[in-house]
Amino acid sequence: MSGPSTYNPKSGFERWLDARLPLPRLMHDTMQTFPTPRNLNIWYTFGGILTFCLGVQIITGVVLAMHYVANAGLAFDSVEAIMRDVNYGWLIRYMHANGASMFFLAVYIHMFRGLYYGSYKAPRELIWIIGVLIYLLMMATAFFGYVLPWGQMSFWGATVITNLFSAIPVIGNHIATWLWGDFAVGDATLNRFFSLHYLLPFIIAAVVGLHIWALHVPGNNNPLGIDVKSPQDTVPFHPYYTVKDAFYLVLFVILFAGFVFYSPDFFGNPDNYQPANPLVTPPDIVPEWYLLPFYAMLRSIPNKLLGVIVMGGAIVTLVFIPWLDTSRVRSCRFRPLMKQFFWAFAVCCVLLGYCGAQAVDAARFGIPLVWVARIASLYYFAFFWLIMPIIGLIETPKKLPASIAQSVFGDNAATPAE
Amino acid sequence: MAATTSDAGTRRDFIYVASASMGAVGAAALAWPFIDQMNPTTAALALASTEVDLSAIQPGQQIVYKWRGHPLFVRRRTPAEIAAAKAVDVASLPDNNARNANVADNLPATDANRAIKPEWLVLIGVCTHLGCTPTVSTPAIPEGEYGGWLCHCHGSMYDTAGRIRKGPAPENLPVPPYAFLSDTRIKVG
Amino acid sequence: MNLKTLSLGLILGSTAGLLVSSAAFAEGIDTKRLHPKDEKFSFEGPFGTYDRGSLQRGFQVYKEVCAACHAANHLSFHNLDEKGGPEFTEAQAKALAAAVKVPAEPNDKGETTDEKGTPLMRSATLADHFPPPYPNENAARANNGGALPPDLSMIVKAREGGAQYVYSILTGFHEKAPAGFKVTANKYFNPYFEGWNISMPPPLAANGVTYSDGTKATIEQEAHDVVTFLAWASEPKMEERKRFGFGTMAFLIVLAGLLFAAYRKLWKDQH
Repeated sequence: MSGPSTYNPKSGFERWLDARLPLPRLMHDTMQTFPTPRNLNIWYTFGGILTFCLGVQIITGVVLAMHYVANAGLAFDSVEAIMRDVNYGWLIRYMHANGASMFFLAVYIHMFRGLYYGSYKAPRELIWIIGVLIYLLMMATAFFGYVLPWGQMSFWGATVITNLFSAIPVIGNHIATWLWGDFAVGDATLNRFFSLHYLLPFIIAAVVGLHIWALHVPGNNNPLGIDVKSPQDTVPFHPYYTVKDAFYLVLFVILFAGFVFYSPDFFGNPDNYQPANPLVTPPDIVPEWYLLPFYAMLRSIPNKLLGVIVMGGAIVTLVFIPWLDTSRVRSCRFRPLMKQFFWAFAVCCVLLGYCGAQAVDAARFGIPLVWVARIASLYYFAFFWLIMPIIGLIETPKKLPASIAQSVFGDNAATPAE
Repeated sequence: MAATTSDAGTRRDFIYVASASMGAVGAAALAWPFIDQMNPTTAALALASTEVDLSAIQPGQQIVYKWRGHPLFVRRRTPAEIAAAKAVDVASLPDNNARNANVADNLPATDANRAIKPEWLVLIGVCTHLGCTPTVSTPAIPEGEYGGWLCHCHGSMYDTAGRIRKGPAPENLPVPPYAFLSDTRIKVG
Repeated sequence: MNLKTLSLGLILGSTAGLLVSSAAFAEGIDTKRLHPKDEKFSFEGPFGTYDRGSLQRGFQVYKEVCAACHAANHLSFHNLDEKGGPEFTEAQAKALAAAVKVPAEPNDKGETTDEKGTPLMRSATLADHFPPPYPNENAARANNGGALPPDLSMIVKAREGGAQYVYSILTGFHEKAPAGFKVTANKYFNPYFEGWNISMPPPLAANGVTYSDGTKATIEQEAHDVVTFLAWASEPKMEERKRFGFGTMAFLIVLAGLLFAAYRKLWKDQH
């Protein structure tokens, strides 16, 4: 952790413990006195919100597993029994189902914040890459979880996604069969997906530990993207950011509760309230909203293997961002050109998501959406592989402030009260 | 909030204490659904009563049914077994409590307090020691010394009224709530 | 760049020409299902609750009409006296259960049928699920011209359009098929159903049921009642959910207010 520890064990027991297992010292240094830039804005509260989301998913998930039956013949009914017969089962399941959407909402905001303020740039490359790994694990977990209720969308979603692997030349079909454990998605598939769905969140929790550990070495980036230069630039994490994070967390929970209590099926699909039927495919197979942009990319490519490569490439690309951005300046606040391309990129992601949600042959204003998705996909890749490296070289950034404190208090501000 | 409380001499700020305690109250309230979900479901509660047809049970015979996941002993006692049960001095019993859900809590463990109709003994077949199922005694294959039941786990012996007589079990076999719907039909629970 | 992508898209789009629609075409008629009717229900909105009378009448319609062909497997008789549902008394629910026969467990001799091969039956109890009208899917199809009547316990949640959709199907049979549209043999015209051909014959008739509370049994009334019942069947904990939601929201808003005050006070001199 950065800087010398300021932990001062008071009681005899604390000294005894500190010499053997310095857990209180770790907590003190990382969550209490940790010097945090004083200018973090609302978008920096989503790290804490995401920790909360992971906790909610694990706790509600463990509870649901107490009542859920991972058997193709019983899974659908067991979920309905949770909704109808288990005490507060409806609440716990709706929290879990909507919690997944809230988790992704928060993670997307968190990622776009990192992109905008250049939080992936040295010395924070590993924080970003570990973050991409968490995102990948989240997508896998969410996919496995969506299969478990064994409704029509669960079954056909599982069929479509596992069939992606069959695009791999030569061994593809063997991989798909291996994933299924049968000749098609079935009971064996459901059982292994349940096992993995239960396992992965704990792996995510461990990787989140690495993410936070890696964060506490250089410390937080900030909206200015400049380094912390003096103690005046920071405040102790507690109480300043604990209270601020708590406030924004409660606002987030209000949104979450709004969905859970007043529109619990908002993110769901009616087809998933029909039991899985291997003989009938629903007319529109749509993944959960948080996967729609990638789904749109996949559908816009008329070649099976190429579609899968493009979709996978869209995620793998994220790993290379720290080295694709050639700019010396981190924050888009001081990058007038990059800022515009960033917002175009955000719009492009939303557009891809919209295209993914529409019927495969749909058109708007006479434009086939498949072409919109193609162009948006092109921009997605161009943004990272062309625009990012080139803009960094040709752009003239605005003048950076001398320090965080100067930017917060003005040039001749007195030393603030600590 | 730790920061304000650790500043020796400054008074606690109301707004911090109020928000922290409100947060704690919310967390505590949210804990209840997560605790209550482990209680029996409404479906399990709806199964909580069972009807038993007595007409096929012969004198001296015991039939075991399942009630709330436990074995339910329904034994049609012979006159000799009833007489043996009545002859016991209740004051000498290890557990002198009727343990019958159908009578008042503090009644003595007389045979009359153990069965609604003397011929029919209805018991929850769970040894009061550590929960094993006792084995019934018949004249052909006696189990234990009292003609009732023997629990093979740790040797508790019950008499023909299901009362503990010897061994580590502390209490008589409990009588569940039940009622006669007709002469040959009871409803348990 | 964004503007460029848009204009490029526009050019490509206009050259692509024809608007492509996903709807099926039958002899030049677009048989995409009509938008459901805008029927109002008491259970809508953040404070909406189920109308008890409507629920009880709806159960009667379900029992006397729908249950002849449709299962409602996720419903149990003990649901009928639970809070937030039709709220029959326990005695009423038991009587309703006892009037229904379900397959009996094997008897002492291990038999499940009598000498003539008729399955042994017993009266249902509160613990029993609503028994299905047919023993299996094949029997259901064989009795319905090859079509499978869907299970109704989730129907309102399992259909796009929800309660309004189910209501529109039930009341949509009287509309006349447009000239040129041929109704398939053994099917019925219903423009609220995708493809307009539905296998279900019109289930409701005026005075098809006799309500004990004196409500006039029009088709619209019967449909409204049975849809209320089916909405409850899909979401039996809705009232509890909304009640909890109100308390939770009120709590969270107060907590947010307190935390905002704490946050502002703490940061007053820090930025």
